[in-house]
Amino acid sequence: MRNIIRNCVATLVALGLLHGCGERPPIKTEQLGYRGTGMEQNINPRIMAKLVAANQVGPVQPAADGSGPLASEIYQNVQVLKDLSVGEFTRVMLSMVDWVAPADQKNCTYCHNNENYADGSKYQYQVARRMLQMTRDINSNWKPHVAATGVTCHTCHRGQPVPPYVWYVDPGSGRENAFVGTRAGQNSAVTGLGITTIGHSSLPYDPYTPFLLGSEGIRVEGPTALPTGNRKSIQQAEWTYALMVHMSKSLGVNCTYCHNTRAWASWEQSRPQRTTAWYGIRMARALNNQYLVPLTDVFPQHRLGPTGDVAKINCQTCHQGAFKPYYGASMAKDYPELQGAKPMPVAAPADGAAADAAAAAAPAAAPAAAPAQAAAPMASTAGRARSGAAG
Amino acid sequence: MAEYQNLFTRVQVDAPHYPGVPHDPRGIWQRGVKASANYWLGKIGDAQVGPFYLGTTGVLSILFFIIAFEIVGLNMLASVNWNPLQFVRQLFWLALEPPAPQYGLRLPPLAHGGWWLMAGFFLTASVILWWFRTYMLARRLKLGTHTAWAFASAIWLFLVLGFIRPVLMGSWSEAVPFGIFAHLDWTAAFSLRYGNLLYNPFHALSIVFLYGSVLLFAMHAGTIMAVSRFGGEREVEQSIDRGTAAERAALFWRWTMGFNATMESVHRWAWWFAVLCTLTGGIGILLTGTVVDNWYLWAVKHGVAPAYPTTFAPLPDPATLPGAPQ
Repeated sequence: MRNIIRNCVATLVALGLLHGCGERPPIKTEQLGYRGTGMEQNINPRIMAKLVAANQVGPVQPAADGSGPLASEIYQNVQVLKDLSVGEFTRVMLSMVDWVAPADQKNCTYCHNNENYADGSKYQYQVARRMLQMTRDINSNWKPHVAATGVTCHTCHRGQPVPPYVWYVDPGSGRENAFVGTRAGQNSAVTGLGITTIGHSSLPYDPYTPFLLGSEGIRVEGPTALPTGNRKSIQQAEWTYALMVHMSKSLGVNCTYCHNTRAWASWEQSRPQRTTAWYGIRMARALNNQYLVPLTDVFPQHRLGPTGDVAKINCQTCHQGAFKPYYGASMAKDYPELQGAKPMPVAAPADGAAADAAAAAAPAAAPAAAPAQAAAPMASTAGRARSGAAG
Repeated sequence: MAEYQNLFTRVQVDAPHYPGVPHDPRGIWQRGVKASANYWLGKIGDAQVGPFYLGTTGVLSILFFIIAFEIVGLNMLASVNWNPLQFVRQLFWLALEPPAPQYGLRLPPLAHGGWWLMAGFFLTASVILWWFRTYMLARRLKLGTHTAWAFASAIWLFLVLGFIRPVLMGSWSEAVPFGIFAHLDWTAAFSLRYGNLLYNPFHALSIVFLYGSVLLFAMHAGTIMAVSRFGGEREVEQSIDRGTAAERAALFWRWTMGFNATMESVHRWAWWFAVLCTLTGGIGILLTGTVVDNWYLWAVKHGVAPAYPTTFAPLPDPATLPGAPQ
């Protein structure tokens, strides 16, 4: 009898320990590379089922008639979607109610002044206009990352006014100038914002500020066997590692989804997904700097982070645990309205970003003054090259 | 009949306390004379506790260790704003970090690596004093100094990680943080930075001796326990005067693998495996960054790392394409 009790206790303890690991077996393994290289994707069917359920495409409005008068000819103050017909324009507006307006205010007045729809005084109106420019920019100029799948507002927003996964600059532990107990931005189970972004590691917990807002160097390995001047430190490697853990967590994938882990830096041994991810980092960085940071003053105080900064995007904002948002299902293919401006008889962009969008579709109309413009195309699929955040 | 076997002891040996062999005490801290017995220690080893002999080196070593331990611990506690609950909850994550790279080998402000330098100094002093203690106590007892030299091998690796290599690299930031997860993350980052430590041959040797030590330990301990019914645990007598225990143990291994160590040589095997584990490990760490910057490329250069076919079409480094974003 004593033995039975002892065995039961031991079994319970063992189960408790296993439970602490968080992932109950069985875990399926999918081979991604040559046998013996360990390039495998671990998939836990139960967790995957939950993720798939949480990553279903959002509501799609019935297709609209592209003929008829342009919205910009009928409505006042149309600055971005001026190439759309009234039908298409209305369709986008209704979709944005579905995708972005909060659950208790699913109507036009979340953004619009009900007395005058052309009135741009609400901050939501101003942000939405800029976000439409951003969406068109992504779909036309960031094809190396989003391919033909594209994005819509719902890719990030998922029916909420603030996308469920955004980031703010970490305010620090408040001990940066203390006599003892500085943290150097790492070694915490919980960050100042209460978000664990780096798995269960003690790595730096805000890898976004240097890499997705600034353009700090990510590569730490040297290109030669013997030392030839690579002075990247181990601490820099920890920051890069933190960014990579963020990507792994955001996409729900192992390191080997992109890398052959025996030679992290080697592009010859990396899966093509690594190239997609490389453009993704540049895309997040560019969007944060070109679209979100300039909106800081537009947002009311309660939408800003602890250091007064605007909500920004990282990999998780779109991916939300899936290696492709919605596991590859495309909402944007049903929304030609969001694919970038159609050729217009007169292209007079309101600002640089709209100019980008217009230029992609109609290169002849590209304004000479666009500062971000570079000379050569970055890839065969890209309309034109973009410069990153800080060059 | 009552049996006396450690770990499974059903009887406790109770005898007058044994004061130890006569020796030549020196220093202001003399050997103690008091001893006591502890039932639970008797379950796993000798029930007698004491007499103690810390000596000057022992007292200073403990003092320095406490200082280092307090510097690390209080920094960790301060980093959670002196909240004891958070200290316990986040203990595995908390750490005392070495200085940032911009300080090089200069003295940084206390809160930005100065405490780390101080903790490292006191811990190193403590460990080296403890080494002197193991050496001197062995000498006082007219023993060989094998234990001290084995300990020295471990200290070698410790010094390479925290002192010698950082000095050669010209930066304290290359050293290991004091912290549980933090030092594990450092280990991973070290391998990531220097192109995969698994291609470092001295790292490979160190692993061989580490796993080899475990294997030897299991083989030896298993053998001795298996022949203890024939008096095999009296290894000293058996190595001078082979009895049936030694003969059976030797025969067992000759039958198993055609060769056997002896009652004496197996301990030399084990000592060298243990010593070489940290000795080769330290060499491997020392060469990393100073002599070799990327171990994977080094292994390719010397024909160690094989090339595998790819099952996908790799793409070129996008940063090398014309007009690539930054």
